Amino acid sequence: MSYITKPAARHPRLPTNALGLTVRDYEGSMSTLCAGCGHDSVTSALIQAFFELDVEPYRVAKLSGIGCSSKTPTYFMSEAHGFNGVHGRMPAIAAGANAANRDMLFVGISGDGDSLSIGLGQFCHAIRRNVNMLYVLENNGVYGLTKGQFSASADVGSTSKRGEVNEQGPIDPVTLALAVGATFVARTFSGDKAQLVPILQAGLTHNGFAFVDVISPCVTFNDHEGSTKSYAHSRSHMHEVVETDFVPLRAEIKTDYAEGAVKVVTMHDGSVVKLRKVAEDYDPTDRSGVVDHLAETGAKGEIATGLLYMQEAGADMHSFRGTTDRPLVDVPYAELCPGSAPLEELQKEWR
Amino acid sequence: MAHDSSSGVNDFGLKIATVNGTGSASANSLLLQALFRMGIPVSGKNVFPSNIQGLPTWYEIRVNGDGYTARSPDFQLVVAMNPESYARDIEEVVSGGWILYDSSRKLSEEFKRDDVSFLGVPLADMCVGSFQGSRTRILMKNITYVGALVALLDIDMDVVKGMLQEKFAAKQHLMDANFIAIELGYDYVKQHFDCPLPIRLETMDETKDSVLVTGNAAAALGCVYAGATVGAWYPITPATSVMDGFTEYCHRLRVDPETGKKNFCILQAEDELAAAGMVIGASWMGARAFTPTSGPGISLMSEFIGLAYYAEIPSVFFDIQRTGPSTGMPTRTQQGDLMLCAYASHGDTKHIVLFPADPKECFEFAVAAFDLAERFQTPTFVVSDLDIGMNDWVIPKLEWDDSFVPDRGKVLSAEELEEADHFYRYLDVDGDHIAARTLPGVHPKGAYFARGSGHDKYGRYTEDSDAYVDVVDRLLAKVESAADAVPAPELHVVDGGSRLGLVSLGGCHWAVIEARDHLIREGVQSDYMRVRGFPFNDAVEQFLDEHDVVVVIEQNRDEQLRKLLLLETSCAKEKLVSVTDYGGQPLSKVHVLEGVAPYLEVATVEAS
Repeated sequence: MSYITKPAARHPRLPTNALGLTVRDYEGSMSTLCAGCGHDSVTSALIQAFFELDVEPYRVAKLSGIGCSSKTPTYFMSEAHGFNGVHGRMPAIAAGANAANRDMLFVGISGDGDSLSIGLGQFCHAIRRNVNMLYVLENNGVYGLTKGQFSASADVGSTSKRGEVNEQGPIDPVTLALAVGATFVARTFSGDKAQLVPILQAGLTHNGFAFVDVISPCVTFNDHEGSTKSYAHSRSHMHEVVETDFVPLRAEIKTDYAEGAVKVVTMHDGSVVKLRKVAEDYDPTDRSGVVDHLAETGAKGEIATGLLYMQEAGADMHSFRGTTDRPLVDVPYAELCPGSAPLEELQKEWR
Repeated sequence: MAHDSSSGVNDFGLKIATVNGTGSASANSLLLQALFRMGIPVSGKNVFPSNIQGLPTWYEIRVNGDGYTARSPDFQLVVAMNPESYARDIEEVVSGGWILYDSSRKLSEEFKRDDVSFLGVPLADMCVGSFQGSRTRILMKNITYVGALVALLDIDMDVVKGMLQEKFAAKQHLMDANFIAIELGYDYVKQHFDCPLPIRLETMDETKDSVLVTGNAAAALGCVYAGATVGAWYPITPATSVMDGFTEYCHRLRVDPETGKKNFCILQAEDELAAAGMVIGASWMGARAFTPTSGPGISLMSEFIGLAYYAEIPSVFFDIQRTGPSTGMPTRTQQGDLMLCAYASHGDTKHIVLFPADPKECFEFAVAAFDLAERFQTPTFVVSDLDIGMNDWVIPKLEWDDSFVPDRGKVLSAEELEEADHFYRYLDVDGDHIAARTLPGVHPKGAYFARGSGHDKYGRYTEDSDAYVDVVDRLLAKVESAADAVPAPELHVVDGGSRLGLVSLGGCHWAVIEARDHLIREGVQSDYMRVRGFPFNDAVEQFLDEHDVVVVIEQNRDEQLRKLLLLETSCAKEKLVSVTDYGGQPLSKVHVLEGVAPYLEVATVEAS
């Protein structure tokens, strides 16, 4: 049985956030993933990100598809509403849920099989639609639950645990997301919590589809020599092109970055994201420059990380549709049903 | 109705053969609407190709003062405007009938028939002489044949001109052109032929409380009145006009007058899978959401339908059936998705299905579907078809009860959750097989994990056999209990009852009642039941019990309704027979009479 409730014991001196909640209040059930799984680090980063953002857990909708990654919404925020849907189709559920209740905070957790194979279409269209949500892709290049087949993000030449060599080129979710118009694109590594947490926080605050590709090694099927999604390979090839610092609205804005090297982006709620360019000539708001830079680092075998691109002023799904500011679920029936008089009037046209 | 139909007055079939994309559709609608406004029961069946321009298309109008509006059994008059289809169109006229054709070109001898009258009208030549530009000439040719029909059939010219004035009120030059065209046809026919023909029209008073509308428009309006706020869809014939209608009515009735913002959200999805997912997501959040589609869409949505069934997410699906399998004939009608909708998705599933017979029921069942879906927390299907959905039907005016309160089912409020010790999503606390649900974002105690994977009654993931069985057994009991909540069958029973029972559903109804009346006039008594919902309620079972022979009339090859009845009732297999018609055309009484003929003997035996 893979459902284990965590004991509710709390350390009496655990720090609390503005809501008076401790980090334990943001936890979920015990993980049933393999010990050392990168996904558990992502879960832990999410817990910290939500805790620090003072999010009311029950105002969060956490969604996933099918696969190891998609199990993880169970492991954070027990008080959030969860939806573990069908394989590759989480973006559609999220879009519909967001259409109905735009005031919820949406987080989708997906994997490379879920987003880049069976659900590639839905992934792209959720980006096009700019559904307001944080979308985390826990990327390990492998199908874990079915025991080690290559996924669509496996690099050419990487080997499986059985020794098979992958010859098909990968789909890079970051380049793809940029190509289909994503307004927030980041790549990070599950082993780098310092980089991961502010990116998740910026993504949660972003008004639109915030895409975070997290390289998250599979300890069981893809952490050997020959894998390009292993801990060792990721650590040695990661190249942080931009450092991210997220400053929530309520926090004092620090000014410890030198002018010119820092791109400051104000989020729609007034929070601030500071992007310090590590690589020279990197501008995370210039889409074509970002695409070029990714191609260059990729050609050198490096994995560019950080909040790679963002555009805060874009229109989200509701702006496109002109939906009312109120969540549709809050519009009373009396306002939705036109009543008998308009029906009578309308039917004159059917005479 | 006191009406003598034997004379040919207000009783005939008219078929208009044209080329797709030449503007004939609006001319034909004009014609249908004119007859409707003359107070005469009428129906129009558009037989169109899966094509935008260039292929043959037909429009069948049936006029029947007795109110029978199923597809016309035969055609007394054919307007043959498409040389490409002359051969079959001319073939189609009954002996003694008439063929109106464009005599601008000489009719080839091979098409001539001795037993019908050919009425040549130089439509193209007249339009060339009267209008500039090829597009205008082509369009006006259609209006010119309408003018010819006004004279031949004694259509009320004031009605026709009144409609043109309404339609082109803001476009004087178009109104002028249409008037010229109408008169061109009218005058020519008056001068060259004896008018009117023996088949002709007389004003009646049978449609004053009726409207002329398609099932898809009515279904769309039903969604507005039901309070649906989220519509997700992928374009597909013949369901597209459901969302066109929803979009139009929402823009008229659901935009906040102060802010200009919309109290609805319509999402055109990337495919039907996504459309179903969006409906489920929105419904999970507590919105009333729906998707209109056709058979191919239901096939694609099936995975999600299983999820909604198992996770108990209310969701509404409209299946405007077309001819299958696969792509089939997208512009032809059928009732081929009955089994598909009843049991869509893998594993053990069963769904609530409603079968409207006309646009009025499309409206009413749309509203009912949302109530049923929310009350039983399960996918609910409204299964219409191309004939009902896309053709104009004369139906009694729609009515709305302003005291209507939607049935949202068991949804716990923030206050109820505050007072509760615990909330368990799938726990049946009062024995009616329905567990209370919560909506996201309402209260911290309301949180649960919706999932399509194995879960126990507390909502927890499980791989335990007993815990799994416990939930799926309740689901079966829950959906079966909906049998008493779906619309009851419509029964037509002769005095004393007959031993012969007819059963049908959906749009077949109109041909069946016409055929049954025909048989009664010939002394053959039968009872008739129109099934309107699934799971079948006791009245359905009882009707099958009470008849020695039951003939099921339906529009699919595989006798799907008959098989559903055999699966879901205790009816003996031997006494249930099927009459099927599945070529893609709406049913006419001819098919029914031919089909039931072998089974009529039992009807002459005294009922026991």
